[in-house]
Amino acid sequence: MHEMGIANSILEGVAKELQRRPGTRAVKVGVRIGALAGVDPDALSFAFEALTLDTEFAGLAIDIDYVAPRSRCRDCGREFELRNYELLCPQCGSLSTERISGDELEFKYLEIEQEEEANSTQQNAPREA
Amino acid sequence: MNRVPMEGKVLNENARIAAELRERFHESRVFCVNLISSPGSGKTTLLEKTLEALPRSTRVAVLTGDLQTENDADRLKRYGFPVKQIVTGGTCHLDARMIEKHIADWDLAQLDTLIVENVGNLVCPSSYDLGEAAKIVLLSVTEGEDKPLKYPSIFFKSELMVLTKTDLLPYVPFKADLAIANARRVHPEMKVVKVSCLGGSGVSNSGLGEWMTWLERRRQTFLSTLSQPVG
Repeated sequence: MHEMGIANSILEGVAKELQRRPGTRAVKVGVRIGALAGVDPDALSFAFEALTLDTEFAGLAIDIDYVAPRSRCRDCGREFELRNYELLCPQCGSLSTERISGDELEFKYLEIEQEEEANSTQQNAPREA
Repeated sequence: MNRVPMEGKVLNENARIAAELRERFHESRVFCVNLISSPGSGKTTLLEKTLEALPRSTRVAVLTGDLQTENDADRLKRYGFPVKQIVTGGTCHLDARMIEKHIADWDLAQLDTLIVENVGNLVCPSSYDLGEAAKIVLLSVTEGEDKPLKYPSIFFKSELMVLTKTDLLPYVPFKADLAIANARRVHPEMKVVKVSCLGGSGVSNSGLGEWMTWLERRRQTFLSTLSQPVG
């Protein structure tokens, strides 16, 4: 159960990105996680929510792109998604294939809005009510 | 609302320290391995037998991680090599900063090999680069043959699988060939050695010789990559 630490590292990354963009706040962070990274997406979502609750990041959404490992055939060069660790190249049937991805644990994007936008949304809310 | 691309690894800070460690290991020509397995697969026992068999002049040191206690370090110190316990206090894996901290007062120039025994856990340690040259996974014959499929991450990232407790094979339903085939489904290039540390069958039949040969050959490979020009 190291998803708490991973979630914390994601927040550190977001905080760093926001420092570079003064006057903005984060709305959603996108991450890419490979099926071989050893990170459970549900546990990560849970940890992320728990960590952001009642903090400056409250409400920050996380978008987890959970990706299957990919292989490449050494004989014909075809790249393919690995299912059930099936090593056979779907194009030429060769068994000489190599894993090229699957352990990603990286940032994809950050959705931000101007702090004024956020404030005005909050100010507008009571008027609409 | 505005979407901006974000790059870099999530475990950026760990990756940064691990890269620094790797550079220091390269400069000092220290071959570092990271031993990972479930609790109770026999990491400490394998290390005891390894240290016992090594000539006293071998320049090897061990870092051993656990949530609590100095028990493993006490076991391993008996062989006269530098050993340090990393007590994580509940953290389920070692990270690069812990390694950096615990080797701080060791002179790497006096070492040829650094063996890191990770916290017993097949999941979390696989996410944390420690700057090692190779990860090694242990699987004991009292576990399930399908563990490589259940915990693919660590088998994917390890160069060598050490099948331990093979002296128990006659007494358990474990099929070694199936376990090896499963490991190679996840990682086709996986090397495998079978060892029995407590079987009393002597070093020649225990597989320990094969394990130690792998370690030394892999260290030579590591050294040969260092002497190649950087390009």
